[in-house]
Amino acid sequence: MAASADIFGADSSFDGPMISLRDLRVSYTGREILHGINFDVQRGETLVILGGSGSGKSTLLRTLVGLEKPTSGEVWIRGKNFSSISEAERDEIRKRLGMSFQGGALFGSMTVGENVALPLEEHTKLEPTTVEIMVRLKLDQVGLSGFENFLPSQLSGGMKKRAAVARALAMDPEILFFDEPSAGLDPIIAAGIDQLILELKRAFRMTIIVVTHELASAFLIADRMVLINKGDVVALGTTEEMKNSKHPKVRQFLDRIPEPAVAQELD
Amino acid sequence: MEFFGKIGSSVEGSLAYVGSLTSLAGRAAYFTFVGPFQGKPLRFQRAVSQAMEAGVRALPILSLITFFIGLILALQAAYELKRFGAISFVASAVALSMTRELGPLITAVIVIGRSGSAFAAEIGTMKVSEEIDALETMAINPVSFLVAPKFVAMLLMLPCLTIWANFMGILGGSLFGVAQADFTFPRYIIASLDALFMRDVLTGLVKSFMFGATITAVGCLEGLNTTGGAEQVGRSTTRAVVMSIFLVILVDLVFTMLFYFLGEH
Repeated sequence: MAASADIFGADSSFDGPMISLRDLRVSYTGREILHGINFDVQRGETLVILGGSGSGKSTLLRTLVGLEKPTSGEVWIRGKNFSSISEAERDEIRKRLGMSFQGGALFGSMTVGENVALPLEEHTKLEPTTVEIMVRLKLDQVGLSGFENFLPSQLSGGMKKRAAVARALAMDPEILFFDEPSAGLDPIIAAGIDQLILELKRAFRMTIIVVTHELASAFLIADRMVLINKGDVVALGTTEEMKNSKHPKVRQFLDRIPEPAVAQELD
Repeated sequence: MEFFGKIGSSVEGSLAYVGSLTSLAGRAAYFTFVGPFQGKPLRFQRAVSQAMEAGVRALPILSLITFFIGLILALQAAYELKRFGAISFVASAVALSMTRELGPLITAVIVIGRSGSAFAAEIGTMKVSEEIDALETMAINPVSFLVAPKFVAMLLMLPCLTIWANFMGILGGSLFGVAQADFTFPRYIIASLDALFMRDVLTGLVKSFMFGATITAVGCLEGLNTTGGAEQVGRSTTRAVVMSIFLVILVDLVFTMLFYFLGEH
């Protein structure tokens, strides 16, 4: 594959796995949350991280984008060890990642347009008129044309999520992360977000990582799934493999079987 | 033994707090003074809007309060001076106490109430709604983006506000001077100016500069340290106000002592 450069002058010809986790361990205040996670994510693949509340799936996502530091093990993103490189190199990689937070995390004091424009203004030398056009394109892509001048507080939950996706897309990322994309949304709006993710995957061959516990949505968008339980990978496979899995934890999660006793939930 | 242990750990805690304040101020200073030479331009627009909010919009309430303080000072000073038939010293008493002490201090207290608390609330809210995390994932440094412009604004605006406060205090004193102490307005102002040395004004301004740094560091640090939900934002804001008032008085004490002993030589 010939080396190519995108509009930000960055080389996008990396061929290996986009993400590799090697025995990743993460602790909060002395308590280990993730106990040695291993998996790879290939370019263009959509991986859904499944798991119950408190399983460590959100911590895993936060570690992938560099918001948490691993206590041991390695996170490789585009062939670079995320935890051992300099702050400047880390920032270079972060410019190629897009993250859509659970609550949107839009900046409340800025309009939707300014939110989407922010990464472009910070990291590129594009003219203001060009930035304006790009903002319009990104908002168009998520179905929010004409909402540039709205404040986040004037948007509904689903629109906020879409605006957050537009901001995550601003820098044309190679890897897009979603934290609970359909949490708190009604089924119709949630389905719309699923469609948006599928479109991004189809049109841009983006690598997409989604953390969710919505099974219907997970099976619709995933190429592969990984089930996390109490900080361990329980199962990893394609949607078909997961559907047919005999693993008790996978069956329990997919068939929505409650824990036998509350006491077990508390340990 | 346990008693000393407690003292030890609370001293350690206080030192750690001052350490993190200094570290935050240091990083903000880096992004203000060093960053622009390394291709990371200062966010001038944000600094200007902060300066408008923290400085210009504080003027009405600051003017009113310091005017009253000047008047109160004149009344209190006159109460004692009258007994010695020295009521004409009221002008210099007001001018000196305003510029050396109360101007900077009252300004700082008002700015803590208006801006220090607002910094903690703004950054704290951003922290709990993952906006700070969002900045980091976008490779935008939160200190450079949020804290540095506030530092620039406060370090510029607090001395300016203090000069204004000194002036309004003297004006407040003149009301008493003209009404009760046989001054004419121009004579009162001249008497005030005669009493002041450049040193008095400058020591006040040095203090106000340090107050500005303290208030910003505490407000921003409390905001950044917010964890949990909305109720924690309220707690951070309260802590920011109480901590700022305490530290401003401490800084005031240190600098007043410093100036006192330096002035002896």
